[in-house]
Amino acid sequence: MSEFLAMGGYAAFVWPAYALTIGAVGLLALVSWHQWRSAKAELARLEAAGLTRRGRTEGRREEE
Amino acid sequence: MVANVAPPPGRSLHRFANPGRFLRLSAAVLPWLAAAGLSVCAVGLAWGLVFAPRDWQQGDTVRIMYVHVPAAWWAMGGYLALAVASFVSLVWRHPLADVAAVAIAPVGAVFTAVCLATGSLWGRPMWGTWWVWDARLTSVLVLFFLYLGHIALTAAFDEPERAARPAAILALIGAVNLPIIKFSVDWWNTLHQPASVTRFDAPAVHVDILWPLLISGLGFGLAFAAIVLVRMRTVLIERRARAILAARGLEGGGVSRPVPVS
Repeated sequence: MSEFLAMGGYAAFVWPAYALTIGAVGLLALVSWHQWRSAKAELARLEAAGLTRRGRTEGRREEE
Repeated sequence: MVANVAPPPGRSLHRFANPGRFLRLSAAVLPWLAAAGLSVCAVGLAWGLVFAPRDWQQGDTVRIMYVHVPAAWWAMGGYLALAVASFVSLVWRHPLADVAAVAIAPVGAVFTAVCLATGSLWGRPMWGTWWVWDARLTSVLVLFFLYLGHIALTAAFDEPERAARPAAILALIGAVNLPIIKFSVDWWNTLHQPASVTRFDAPAVHVDILWPLLISGLGFGLAFAAIVLVRMRTVLIERRARAILAARGLEGGGVSRPVPVS
């Protein structure tokens, strides 16, 4: 196990490369997910207030 | 006299017909795409880290390849998709094409940054330097700045629809950088190794290394696509909210174009 972690003496390069990749892409996915959630909440708030693009009464939803 | 009162296609509800279908379709596809991306990445990276052989020259640093090369593939593949989306947006004004371009740019920028950073971490032990201003590394850095430029240009306009045209032109001009990146290792002297997988003849990599690399590559591609889909959905929902505010003359709408009355 410790031999695996040592990466043949290159642990200081191999592990940061993997951590950085997974961290950066994971963070991007997480941020993108949260932006989607808040955008959806904002649209739901507008629609709950009876607002649509065409007027107050028509509320045809095209997606969920 | 029969007056044609139908609004021009760009102004009618058709503008949202396709995006509506896209929102439904992508909602159905996304969980599967995300799960597939996550699991294929896990298999590819575990294989590369644990089971793939170490290189006789490079030792265990060769394992950096399983994150570096897939990131590089999709940094470039993402830009190709950005250029195609920009072309479609410019020529056919397809509303989803512009949304796709806006969604792709940040994802491509992150993958390019990962490619540069992991390359640096590989170059330090193997080349003895973090960075060298040769054609391959410099052209990938230019790719990163092209992505950043696209993001900045998109953000510079109050009305996102107005940014579509200049951003698309920027993306298409920047596409000349793609063949430069691809062939930089053949055209100029460089520390970077030449292509060993994406060659016209058979790959010059042993199957024990090629398989985990290809699986990682597939996983990164699926992850890239899943994140782009989430971001496209976000952009569409944000634009719909903006359109509602604009149509109702509320703040945040930034109305400067005629609102369709029907």
